[in-house]
Amino acid sequence: MRDVVETVVGFARTVRAAGGRADPERVQAMLTALDHLDVLDPRDVYWAGRLTLCADPEDLPRYDRCFVAYFSGRTAVPGPRRTPPPVVRTVRVAPPVPDPPSNGDAPADASVTSASGVEVLRHRDVSRLGPDERAEINRLIAVLGASAEPRRSRRLTPASSGRLDPARTVREALRHGGEPAVLRHRAPRTRPRRLVLLVDVSGSMSPYADALLRFAHAAVRAGTAARRVEAFGVGTRLTRVTRELGTRDPDAAMRAVAAAIPDWSGGTRLGEELKEFLDRFGQRGMARGAVVVIASDGWERGDATLLGEQMARLARLAHRVIWANPHKARPGYAPLAAGMAAALPHLSAFTSGHSLAALEELARLIGDPGHA
Amino acid sequence: MAHSIPPPRPAGVLPASPGALAELLDEHAYLCDDGLATACFLALRMGRPLFLEGEAGVGKTELAKTLARVLGAPLIRLQCYEGLDASQALYDWDFPRQILHLRAAEAAGATDAARLEGELYDRRFLLARPLLRALETSPSVLLVDEVDRADDEFEAFLLEVLSDFTISVPELGTIRAETPPVVVVTSNRTREVHDALKRRCLYHWLEHPSYDREVAIIRRRLPDAAGRLAGQVARAAAALRAADLLKPPGVAESLDWTEALVALGVRDLDPDAAALTLGAVLKYREDRDRGLAALFDGG
Repeated sequence: MRDVVETVVGFARTVRAAGGRADPERVQAMLTALDHLDVLDPRDVYWAGRLTLCADPEDLPRYDRCFVAYFSGRTAVPGPRRTPPPVVRTVRVAPPVPDPPSNGDAPADASVTSASGVEVLRHRDVSRLGPDERAEINRLIAVLGASAEPRRSRRLTPASSGRLDPARTVREALRHGGEPAVLRHRAPRTRPRRLVLLVDVSGSMSPYADALLRFAHAAVRAGTAARRVEAFGVGTRLTRVTRELGTRDPDAAMRAVAAAIPDWSGGTRLGEELKEFLDRFGQRGMARGAVVVIASDGWERGDATLLGEQMARLARLAHRVIWANPHKARPGYAPLAAGMAAALPHLSAFTSGHSLAALEELARLIGDPGHA
Repeated sequence: MAHSIPPPRPAGVLPASPGALAELLDEHAYLCDDGLATACFLALRMGRPLFLEGEAGVGKTELAKTLARVLGAPLIRLQCYEGLDASQALYDWDFPRQILHLRAAEAAGATDAARLEGELYDRRFLLARPLLRALETSPSVLLVDEVDRADDEFEAFLLEVLSDFTISVPELGTIRAETPPVVVVTSNRTREVHDALKRRCLYHWLEHPSYDREVAIIRRRLPDAAGRLAGQVARAAAALRAADLLKPPGVAESLDWTEALVALGVRDLDPDAAALTLGAVLKYREDRDRGLAALFDGG
């Protein structure tokens, strides 16, 4: 029999390599759990690990795979064998349409773009940018930390008027020899609403998906524990990418997102994906009272009836629903795509999001309901 | 509930194995599988909080109640909600009594402000809220219900309490639990609970029970239900869970449904009886129509 500690540490390494949570504290907990159980009973070992090394239902299938792989003995080679880092797919971007040189040569380095150059860039469609211009725009998107409008919280904070604050009043009374001469008050404070971003990553949106995901990255980064921001990639499957977007460096975050989304540049099943979002996350609470942004061109392969139904459901749950369709900025655009037409009646705002200026507008719309 | 409740076990006697604990829970009409039994067993043995997640109605809260009965310990429940703060979860000062005390002291001619303040922040003026009460009651089972409904500030309090089972009251000092309570934390996953909190806990995801187990649960909890009816309800509940509803029914709903059917004297679950009682299971209008179709049209 191999040493228990060695076996568990080796197993934890397998779980960690597969992307699971097996930090030292959790491994220690698994070892402690095994102290109380029968180390030789595979079921006990399974549960000791599952109860300590998992913290989410999404961890469970991975844990099961690792358990089978490690303890079936075929791949169990405890030792400093490094698993290769997961393959990272780069974010696919539509080939840039070469720009007609506007005045003279394009600047060799985007960081020296002049102020007026930035102004021109702000209004340019992001699908028609060269690599340098794109880098410049990406830098500007990175500081667009969109934040949703405030709502009244149930938490109270000291205020000059409002309900009586007994704790502070008693302390004040003590200072005056027991006379409650000064009354202290407290009132509800405000907190930003939750912001949920659903970014379409299907083929038809690929020229814009990168910029929109970067917008989402800036919003997620700007969010704190108190002002939560959630982001999802929507294609033929729904992928939660909030954790991936938590990385500070935008390029690293984009690589992480690209690795996480299995169906990048595939088709769209917007209605079904929205339903999945509402079933798994939205109705449980994520969409309740939130500002929800859908960034998509509204191209629906399937029947648009489902999308209409789900949009109505979303509109009932969310505080506001904003749709950003990059194609809206095209001359002569009309919301004729079946999906878009079905969604339109349920929106609080319909905007474009095709250029930096349009993304700034989107950020304003998210933060301010009066702004239309 | 019609089942007989055995007397509580003497406190401090812990079961020797997960299987023994499962038997004890069974005696109190809670049927659990290997995983849940192991989770509870480890929570008791390791003194770690048990973090239970799962769909609504799979028996998370019921487990805490049953554990309290098995251990013969009082159940102290903290229902979470947004805005829950320290004065509602940990402790609060009894302000009216403090003011009365001040006035009384003043009337008696007390002038020493420092001494007066010392008297004011005494244990007898401290109101224990659920978390403090659980630390001061030994043994006890603390149920922190639907922690996902509370906001993040509250998680910080909870983390502090659950990591070393102490509460520090600035005016009074640190209050420590003699024997840490058995803690069950439940979540419906309406939002992600911070990993730091989960790391302190044993994590268990509760699934809907299998058909056989659900029949067993219904028969165990409602001995008046005929075996055939229990089977029909369990099969119908499984069909409803597969029917893509807004809110699939949990075990709690199956039990409610069976109880409703038994109360109506129904012996067989037919479309008429189902239509009459479906309100016990499905709580959305959209689900009602779809549910009936799933149960009786070609299903």
